[in-house]
Amino acid sequence: MALDISGISASESKSGSLEWVAMAVGVIILIGAPFVIYPVFLMELLCMALFACAFNLLIGGGGLLSFGHAAFFGGGAYIAAEMAKMYGFTFEEAILAGTATAVFLGLVAGVVAIRRSGLIFAMVTLALAQAVYFLALRLPFTHSEDGIQAVPRGWLFGLVDLKDNMAMYYVCAGIFFLGYLLVRRVWKSPFGQVLRAIKDNQPRMISLGFPVDRYKLINFVLSAALAGVAGSLKAIALGLATLTDVDFSTSAAVVLMVLLGGLGTLMGPVVGAIITVSMDEYLAGIGIPVPVVIGVIFCFIILVFRRGIVGEFLYYVNRFQNRGAR
Amino acid sequence: MPDTVLEIAGLNGWYGESHVLHGVDLTVGQGEVVTLIGRNGVGKTTTLRAVMGILSKRSGTVKVMGAETIRLPPERVARLGVGYVPEERGIFASLTVTENLMLPPTLAPGGMSVDEIYRLFPNLKDRARSQGSKLSGGEQQMLAIARILRTGARFLLLDEPTEGLAPVIVEQIGQVLDTIKGKSLTVLLVEQNFRFAAKVADRHYVMESGKIVDMIGKAEIAGKMERLEEYLGV
Amino acid sequence: MSAMALFGQLLLGLINGSFYAMLSLGLAIVFGLLGIVNAAQGAFYMLGAFFAWMLGQYLGIGYWPSLALAPIGVALFGMLLERTIIRRVYNLDHLYGLLLTLGLFQIIQGLFVYWYGTSGQPYDYPDALAGGHNLGFMFMPNYRAWVVVASLILCFGTWYAIERTRLGSYLRAATENPTLVRAFGINVPLLVTLAFGGGVALAGIAGVLAAPIYQVNPLMGGNILITVFAVVVIGGFGSILGSIVTGLVLGVLEGFSKVFYPEASNMVIFAIMIVVLMLKPQGLFGRER
Repeated sequence: MALDISGISASESKSGSLEWVAMAVGVIILIGAPFVIYPVFLMELLCMALFACAFNLLIGGGGLLSFGHAAFFGGGAYIAAEMAKMYGFTFEEAILAGTATAVFLGLVAGVVAIRRSGLIFAMVTLALAQAVYFLALRLPFTHSEDGIQAVPRGWLFGLVDLKDNMAMYYVCAGIFFLGYLLVRRVWKSPFGQVLRAIKDNQPRMISLGFPVDRYKLINFVLSAALAGVAGSLKAIALGLATLTDVDFSTSAAVVLMVLLGGLGTLMGPVVGAIITVSMDEYLAGIGIPVPVVIGVIFCFIILVFRRGIVGEFLYYVNRFQNRGAR
Repeated sequence: MPDTVLEIAGLNGWYGESHVLHGVDLTVGQGEVVTLIGRNGVGKTTTLRAVMGILSKRSGTVKVMGAETIRLPPERVARLGVGYVPEERGIFASLTVTENLMLPPTLAPGGMSVDEIYRLFPNLKDRARSQGSKLSGGEQQMLAIARILRTGARFLLLDEPTEGLAPVIVEQIGQVLDTIKGKSLTVLLVEQNFRFAAKVADRHYVMESGKIVDMIGKAEIAGKMERLEEYLGV
Repeated sequence: MSAMALFGQLLLGLINGSFYAMLSLGLAIVFGLLGIVNAAQGAFYMLGAFFAWMLGQYLGIGYWPSLALAPIGVALFGMLLERTIIRRVYNLDHLYGLLLTLGLFQIIQGLFVYWYGTSGQPYDYPDALAGGHNLGFMFMPNYRAWVVVASLILCFGTWYAIERTRLGSYLRAATENPTLVRAFGINVPLLVTLAFGGGVALAGIAGVLAAPIYQVNPLMGGNILITVFAVVVIGGFGSILGSIVTGLVLGVLEGFSKVFYPEASNMVIFAIMIVVLMLKPQGLFGRER
């Protein structure tokens, strides 16, 4: 049995109208949220949600599970922060620089790992991310344990001062929404269909003449790039890039978000990110060890709840609709 | 020792969702050699796997030496004194011939000694130190039978021991079966090669689409040849 | 660069290498039988060290009894987890096995961080192994010599047990065709549990051996785990001997790089991994699977 990413096809076929409703509600929440909740917390949440969408792009389009996505997130964060702080890059330039870094790292990691699948792919990405972690620990500009702090936010296109939390929030919201739409677009494109066909039957796709490795590599780099956007945005919005951004706990956190929300569902990573980030915030406040709770949730999901929240929801919606159709 | 070694009644079996056995009934008496014959895909191999407990999705009654085994895992079924030679022979490639031979634990006293086995299968002695993967098809089949004879199993399930083997090897295997009969072991044999089966077996069960449709004793074979050919589609 | 320092680092590399070897050996046994990569292996290494420390701290039990008791405790705990939790994912995609054991790893490590912090507890050498000998070209601390000898004996003992004994032949046969091994009357589920216990016990012993060298730290398992994954990828999951050799060699190479270019010492194994994956994707000793 393969990883259960049945949510993709479900969201495509039966739940089309449901998805539009969910998206409309989502946009309204996105616009209204900063009036209710502290915007800086929301920015962090959106960056993690975008990161989770990036990860989901990889797993949904090909079933590859990366254990090292923090390398792209954190790599992007460090470079964006350094460029904005030390080299006077504007907001857009800093984000682009961070993203380019992630693309570069993604290409290197992709070329090394893409021919392996399943467990070995997971282990290789984990090991490569550890190498990036050691780089971040050793290179002088990253200031090891301290990280890069007090990163200026700058101006958006030289017009909007992002020091204002509301302005920064809406920029984050806009970028997140574009990222979400991008993932959605990729999945529903012919490219996405080829990827899923590869996942289902790679030998057949090879014999049909598809350059299978290239498809997977492009998707991997795309996913890394989006993770880089998320990391860069986080570094600028929150004003810091630290070792946490590249370390294994972040790679594991994004796996958890997507697993919790539902592997291969469009909305799943967003739901997963909201829950995980909020939980982190809440647990840190009352002194319960976060990794233990995360571990317990991991085990719980895998033992009894493999479709995740959104996946489970779609599953029941589909069953209900099928019954109605009969 | 009860007179009936195997008693199957109303045996149903499934591979995942597909229903393969539809109420198999058969019995094998002490010291008998009984074959299961029928075309490809009628459920002969599946019946053996269901008896062994390898096919876990099954219902009905399977009594081995009088004990109900329908809920037992394979290792418990084997411990009742059942030896199994699978269709694909199941020689372990990473084990040497000797290791393969010594692998199945002794199930009961009275099994053949290694010396006896080497007398019966002289080829194996020469190849004792080779890896299992290096054996020819015939040698693999010999080894698969030999390692079961060592365990003292009183009831053997043999799945197509002659499949794909040269006539001279088939003849050798026939001699081995004679030896087995001489030791009054009980055998349930799945066989496509009916001429071989007719020589060695006391009775034949004919299977069609997951059921036993006929039973033919040794004495009746000549009279029922036409019907048999129809069953087997030859 | 003094020869003393060089050989000292090489010795430490050999010690690390033997820990890599023991951990990846345990992984390889479990992987062969179940197809699951046990990410909790790092936690069992840490538990080995902590059990030894706790035995000393709370019960006054010394190093030598702990060297046996702590791994037994680790093995029992591992077998309990295998029977109650890990067993449930054998029929799923093996990535779920990796995720599940990773969750277990986080729980175990998280609890010990919560209870004991991340500063590390000192654990003493046994008196009998205090001091050392000057070999002329280097100073050889007795304890380190003991760790190298003990690890090598364990690794090759495990290899012998798997490749040359009857129980080992059950294990190898069950790796190829567990169903048929069951049909011969061998209780494979029990064998799996025992093998799992043996695999994690190796990590536990490595943990006890490491305790006097590196202190007892809840994070020690996470650090070694990722390196061991890289070792496993480099060696390939092909052979038992392969994981031993790869672990030892990579440990020594890491020690070498500490001497000549310390900044890169953490990276060297990952760099080797990249090269190996490009040239021989299935690993040095691996078979394509």
